[in-house]
Amino acid sequence: MDLILQGIGGAIAKLAALDPDVMNAAVASLVVSGAATALAVVTGVPLGALVGLTRFPGRRLVLSLVNTGMGLPPVVVGLFVAVFIWRSGPLGDLNWYCTRQAMVVAQYLLAAPTVVGLTAIALQSIDPLLRVQLLSLGASRGQAAWLLIRESRLLVFGAAIAGFGAVISEIGASLMVGCNVKGDTRVLTTAITLETSKGEFATAFALGFILLAIIFVVTAFLTYTQQRRTYV
Amino acid sequence: MLEARDLVAYRGDHQVCHAARIDLAEGEHLALLGPNGAGKSSLVLGLATLVRTGGELRHRGAPITDAEAYRRHIAVVFQRPLLLDRSVRDNAGLGLALRGVGKRERDARAENELARLGVAQLADRSALGLSGGEAQRVSIARALAIDPEILFLDEPFSALDAPTRETFIADLARVLRERGVTTVMVTHDRDEALSLADRVGVVMNGELRQIDTAEAVFGMPADPEIAAFVGVENVLPARVERATDELTFLRIADRHVEITEPPPAGDDFPLMCVRPDDVVIAREAASSSARNQFPARIMRIEPIGRRTRLVLDCGFPLIAHVTRQSARDMALAQGDQVVASFKATVPHLLPRIRH
Repeated sequence: MDLILQGIGGAIAKLAALDPDVMNAAVASLVVSGAATALAVVTGVPLGALVGLTRFPGRRLVLSLVNTGMGLPPVVVGLFVAVFIWRSGPLGDLNWYCTRQAMVVAQYLLAAPTVVGLTAIALQSIDPLLRVQLLSLGASRGQAAWLLIRESRLLVFGAAIAGFGAVISEIGASLMVGCNVKGDTRVLTTAITLETSKGEFATAFALGFILLAIIFVVTAFLTYTQQRRTYV
Repeated sequence: MLEARDLVAYRGDHQVCHAARIDLAEGEHLALLGPNGAGKSSLVLGLATLVRTGGELRHRGAPITDAEAYRRHIAVVFQRPLLLDRSVRDNAGLGLALRGVGKRERDARAENELARLGVAQLADRSALGLSGGEAQRVSIARALAIDPEILFLDEPFSALDAPTRETFIADLARVLRERGVTTVMVTHDRDEALSLADRVGVVMNGELRQIDTAEAVFGMPADPEIAAFVGVENVLPARVERATDELTFLRIADRHVEITEPPPAGDDFPLMCVRPDDVVIAREAASSSARNQFPARIMRIEPIGRRTRLVLDCGFPLIAHVTRQSARDMALAQGDQVVASFKATVPHLLPRIRH
């Protein structure tokens, strides 16, 4: 019990002092996971709309793959990305191994299936006649898709929240492609692992508090945006 | 305005409705009438190019090659209002927004249509909090705001309760008259069709079977199924005895009937249709211009809405409708002997369908 209390006390002191290592890891987590989630939303929502609103051969297979992707183990994603960006790998010339770019790619691959899958489900749950109604009002297919995405924004924001939650708290992929470089690719989760293995519970607790706070603040912001009505 | 030739509407790969010919004139109001599942809605969706179609469809004389461009000239109102999670004003202006109309003009035109439909006071409210009747009015305002050349209405009143529906139909009839917009309305309700339409098309079993003036469809249905659907309850097998220049003499069971309509060519065994409203009931035979008078026994008396339905046996079964007041005044009772009559100009002859 003393160990826990000492750890929490030390964490509060580090947070109050804005410990540079803790702050750097927090910023790295926000930048990497924020960028990966943003990319997943920008590409995943249109893809989800395509899968949810159109009929094409192999659509069910695509949906199955997307659903499988929602449960991808981060270490497997980390392994594939590492193989691709390894010096002798197909994308070795990019020199992305042990960089934040590599972590963004890995986290993007983890978040995107969630965003695509949940967006597709959101659009499939809308009354199909609403799309016909929009087309009858003169909407192009693109305009109709955009209006339907806006109409299902509650679930689309839910997809973004789920995607962010999945990547900010993952550790395997970040560790494998980011290499946990202090002050650069060391994010909150990899830092917590490292500090715990060293017995530095105060730092680990401080990092843990910040991770929880970030998840709460970002999710609360997205939830607020999700619930906000567009009309007044 | 709109011409269809051999139009086939598909749902998926299935053909669900066929119309040999539709000619819709500018400003005309056409009602498509038929039982549930007959294919009326699919035909309308086909005319609106919202489902896959075959055959020929022409708008203002030109074949429709660009469905999206054509749809900018039309509007469709469905059974459900299908409003977006926005304000009523934004919903009413949605079609205009899709056409790139600026917000100020959009709002003004939307508010104008909302006022015309009697829901201007709801403009700032969320569309999701409206009652069924209010929401459907907003849906129609949304359609009219884009000033469509053709308005398609797919059973817009069917989800409304009776009082709301009656007011709504009256208001819509007024608005459509004022605007002079060409309208195609789907309904399975004969009264709605009569309230709003210049012509009536009857769709049965996936086929547009008859399209004509309301008087012609209700008075001279093209086949027994249509006759039954439009309320011609008396469809009686007859035999042509002889025909003169003025009259056709028929035999139904052991009774003689005289009618003015000539017999169908080559068919000596037609079906004779008489609307129950055209049968007159009296206590005793009277001297009148009605060429057909039969002593009859009342087999059954059934109240239907504001009328009374009499099932008569006058040598052949005959259905008559009288007002409830008349039934009371005449003290009609089951088993009573009465006289049933109808004029020679009333019956309509159908060729017998032989399988």
